[in-house]
Amino acid sequence: MRGFIIKEFYHIFRDVRTMIILFGMPVVQVLLFGFALTNEIKDANIAVLDHSKDIVTTEIISKIVASDYFKLTENLENEAQIEAEFRKGKIKQVIVFEDNFAQKLEKDRNASIHIIGDASDPNTASILANYTAAIIKDYQAGILITQAPFPMMITPEPAMLFNQELKGVFMFVPGIITILLMLVCAMMTSISIAREKELGTMEVLLVSPLKPVQIIVGKVTPYIVLSVINAFSILLLGYFVFGVPIRGNIGLLLFETILFIVMALSMGILISTIARNQQIALMISLAGLMLPTILLSGFIFPVENMPIVLQWLSNIMPSKWFIIIIRSIMLKGSEINYIWKETLILLLMISIFIGLSIRNFKVRLE
Amino acid sequence: MTNDQHIISVENLVKKFGSFVANDNLTFFVKKGEIFGFLGANGAGKTTAIKILCGLWKPTSGSINVAGFDVYKQTEKIKKNIGYMSQKFSLYDDMTVAENFTFYGGIYGLKTIKIKERMHVLLKKLGLEEYKDRVIGSLPLGWKQKLAFSIATIHEPAIVFLDEPTSGVDPVTRRQFWDMIYEAAHEGTTVFLTTHYMDEAEYCERVSIMVDGHIEALDTPAALKEQFGVGTMEEVFLKIARKEVVIQDNNVTV
Repeated sequence: MRGFIIKEFYHIFRDVRTMIILFGMPVVQVLLFGFALTNEIKDANIAVLDHSKDIVTTEIISKIVASDYFKLTENLENEAQIEAEFRKGKIKQVIVFEDNFAQKLEKDRNASIHIIGDASDPNTASILANYTAAIIKDYQAGILITQAPFPMMITPEPAMLFNQELKGVFMFVPGIITILLMLVCAMMTSISIAREKELGTMEVLLVSPLKPVQIIVGKVTPYIVLSVINAFSILLLGYFVFGVPIRGNIGLLLFETILFIVMALSMGILISTIARNQQIALMISLAGLMLPTILLSGFIFPVENMPIVLQWLSNIMPSKWFIIIIRSIMLKGSEINYIWKETLILLLMISIFIGLSIRNFKVRLE
Repeated sequence: MTNDQHIISVENLVKKFGSFVANDNLTFFVKKGEIFGFLGANGAGKTTAIKILCGLWKPTSGSINVAGFDVYKQTEKIKKNIGYMSQKFSLYDDMTVAENFTFYGGIYGLKTIKIKERMHVLLKKLGLEEYKDRVIGSLPLGWKQKLAFSIATIHEPAIVFLDEPTSGVDPVTRRQFWDMIYEAAHEGTTVFLTTHYMDEAEYCERVSIMVDGHIEALDTPAALKEQFGVGTMEEVFLKIARKEVVIQDNNVTV
């Protein structure tokens, strides 16, 4: 058994390709995603269409401009100009105040501000809209305190052009961990088992006194070890380089990570019982695992925005549940009582995959 | 029932896959220290029979005994007492000669000292001692094949199963490989092999020829040639195969 694991490490450490995937990818991905996809936006160009031009609107505008996020570049005169300004491409957001703003606020206790974003870049648009809304809320809170007995309401209404109703925060570190564990565990194990089949060494191993379980455990143990190391180096990198918080319990995080690793491994084993050679194993892993993981797990595209069919499909993506788990632990500091459902789903998936693998394996031996 | 002289005894072995009968009532014995050739066209049922003898598959019925152990209940013991070499040589290309020895010795439960000792003996026999630390992938095919055979015998098994061990190897290497087989047999190891090359069948002490799931002929090469009145095993094989075709034709016309 020990010899088996040593042998497996030889395979890993002597193959340049494997080493690059195992250790190069995580670092490159984290740095790439980290630096290329920054959510922080500074000095975004905005325009204002102020129909009211009273004290309140001027105050709000100056408050917005005073923040680091926005730069007022244009004062528009009418609605028609909005679209034209957006088409020029310089302006990221337009803020529209309705006429008689201060008066309405005073009398009706309600006035609206229209925030129009350029959602051809949806993430930026949504973030800017949130910033603006926050600043307005802040201002509102300020007047609530001074004019106590009758609180007034200002209702910001963000509207996204070109892409309605978009949600989603980019949380790349949990996503990368998920993808990487999937890659390393499912793809690498399925390939390495398929390789033994292709080389004919699997036959020899099966004829040897080793039990099939020992062969499988021997094959996957090195990948478990490397995956845990990988996952935590990404966490550390995220923490120290990008300041991604880890608010939850590290022990729980480790437990869930290992759970997901086992899930990915059982998936890899299942693939290897189907695939005859490395090429097929690679194809199944890439097409069947990597793409859905990236696209359907909510890593890049929020699940809530997908058509119902895809939403339903995403439910059978183990990575979706793991991303939920790991995000809750890292960002919300959730304890097990908030994520037991997702954990249970992962456990269920593990047992299904292992069950299927055993069945496939038995069929082959019959 | 088992004779001391019979290291493999197979009686009425039947293996069915659904309605397909892969092995139809095989009965044969292999003597200790014998070189036994197991011949037959592709799909004749050779591989199925070997897998059953190696303890990988369970037979549908029949009583089979390998190295003194029952294939139904004692597969673990059978596995410890046999060596196996597939046509693909089954060594790890990215590991050195010594590492391959260590690994395979390890899975057969040999102690480190024992492995070193066996590796020394076996490599010396091959004259490849100085290549101990070379990666297998960098060695010529013929060497790999010899090393694979040595490694299949690292745990000194009673029987070695060789599944088309010489496919894709040049004639000189094949000749040298046969020298190794003879030597192993001489030392008391039983050699059970399948091959496509009919000239190799001549080297076996006894051969069985399988056609469509059953054994058509089983004897020494000399006796078979006499029985069919031909000069080579190639012709014996062709005659048996042709006879089968004639029978099938008759079935069609009747």
